[in-house]
Amino acid sequence: MDLLEFAKGPALQFAAFVLVAGTIWRIVGILMLNTKPDYSEPRKKAGYLAALKVIYTRAFTAPPFKKATMYPKMMAYVMHIGFFMTIFLFVPHIVFFEGWSGLDWPGLPNNVIYFVGVATVISAIALLVRRLTSPVLKLISNFDDYFSWFVTILPVVTGLLIPTRMLFSYQDLLAIHILSVALLLVWLPFGKLGHTFLVFITRGTTGMVFERRGART
Amino acid sequence: MNDLREEDSMKNRPTVGEILQAKGVSRRGFLKYCATTASLLALPPAMVPRIARALENARRPSVIWLSFQECTGCTESLTRSAAPTVEALIFDAISLDYHHTLQAAAGEQAEAARHAAMQENDGGYLVLVDGSIPTGNPGFSTIAGISNEQMLMETVAGAAAVVSIGTCASFGGIPGADPNPTGAVSVSDLVKDKPIINVPGCPPIPMVMTAVLTQFLTFGQLPELDKLGRPLAFYGQTIHDRCYRRPFYEQGKFAETFDDKGAKAGWCLYKLGCKGPTTYNACATTKWNAGTSFPIESGHPCLGCSQPQFWDKGGFYEPLSTARFGSKEQLAGAAIAGAALGVAAAVAGRRRQARYTKEA
Repeated sequence: MDLLEFAKGPALQFAAFVLVAGTIWRIVGILMLNTKPDYSEPRKKAGYLAALKVIYTRAFTAPPFKKATMYPKMMAYVMHIGFFMTIFLFVPHIVFFEGWSGLDWPGLPNNVIYFVGVATVISAIALLVRRLTSPVLKLISNFDDYFSWFVTILPVVTGLLIPTRMLFSYQDLLAIHILSVALLLVWLPFGKLGHTFLVFITRGTTGMVFERRGART
Repeated sequence: MNDLREEDSMKNRPTVGEILQAKGVSRRGFLKYCATTASLLALPPAMVPRIARALENARRPSVIWLSFQECTGCTESLTRSAAPTVEALIFDAISLDYHHTLQAAAGEQAEAARHAAMQENDGGYLVLVDGSIPTGNPGFSTIAGISNEQMLMETVAGAAAVVSIGTCASFGGIPGADPNPTGAVSVSDLVKDKPIINVPGCPPIPMVMTAVLTQFLTFGQLPELDKLGRPLAFYGQTIHDRCYRRPFYEQGKFAETFDDKGAKAGWCLYKLGCKGPTTYNACATTKWNAGTSFPIESGHPCLGCSQPQFWDKGGFYEPLSTARFGSKEQLAGAAIAGAALGVAAAVAGRRRQARYTKEA
């Protein structure tokens, strides 16, 4: 078994197992926790509409912070959108998903994906530089932040290297790319990357709590 | 004594130039072949006269061709090259002293010819091998009662170099495919003390074969090889790198089936399982059948036949980016395990919450 076969087979299977088990562990574990008793009188009835409202409004910056957070917000959007485009609109990736799920959808030309991939990497570097240069961000950052950044950007970088054949053959670079994806999948449920599946749960919960307390959302 | 006999034997052999002249090959045709070979080997045009001079003066080297666990496809590939080409004549110009399929001698006479060639050209002959070598049981494949492994080892002992023809001899090939019932191995798995050139392919391209021999005749040394022992001049780039359908790959235009609009328009065959991106060979440039076409040009994806273990790398029609993400049962098991862990974590969390609440 060569490196590519290992990456495509056992490594990815192990990563998928950890991803599924870890994600469900986190979600079930959080949802089944007792909620903190709130003895205050409810200002409003907190329903799912309140949750949906905050999920929507938190997608944008509140007006008072707009100017101050414009730069990181833009970079974060470029990174997230770029990341999703490279994952879901690159034809070899679609072929991978099709082989697994049977679902197929149209992709984008490779050159567009390469451009988006480079923009994703640049925005990620910009965000890292900001984290390293801002005293406040630096103070509240820990290993999780840096490692999560690393495992997120690694598959994009290794993917971009494949057509260049830099240092390694296509086959070895493809194996390295898949192994970097496996690393991302293994880490995803446990670190701050858990926001991938918790983001709407946490924002929805915040919305419902705020609504109950009468806070403006 | 042996050296003197070898010298006499070599002197008596006609040069390649004399043989080609006798065969009626024109000077123009010969130089054309030399120029093509230089181009294939990525040598500068200034080297063409040197190749021509060396070839003209080269004495016919003795070649012993050993066929082990093989299908004779490699020999077919060489001998069926479109009618009498100059390459074929160059092949005539080597002294093919032993070859099961092509030699006239049979039985003991054939084996006597092999031994005579080995003795007369000790240290100077080339051994060409096609087919893998079984190591599981010596009786799996024998020639004249001799096991393949024994024949290989005794023949290469006095060889100048070994050329592994085809994927079976180079990497074990189809006989070595899982579960490898005969314990088939490649030449390089057994021979450690001789220079080995791997010319893989199922079968390899005839021109590649002749060009490798030409380089050996011209410069008296092996060509530059990659990490798998293949001549870089032919195996330095992937099929995908030189494929004329590559622009369609970049544009995201793919044939989905063998008879859809994309297939008819000649779009990329990646989705139909093409292994071009991971396959190093010269098919896309040298082509087959006297430069007519190559498999992708004929509408079929590359199988990756010049790569090690190509038979065991998933389905031929399975796209390269297809990966085994685990069966539905495995993933369901993961989900159940995750749910159980989640419940356990929540129960532990609730107990801790209760303890803190009580303490408060």
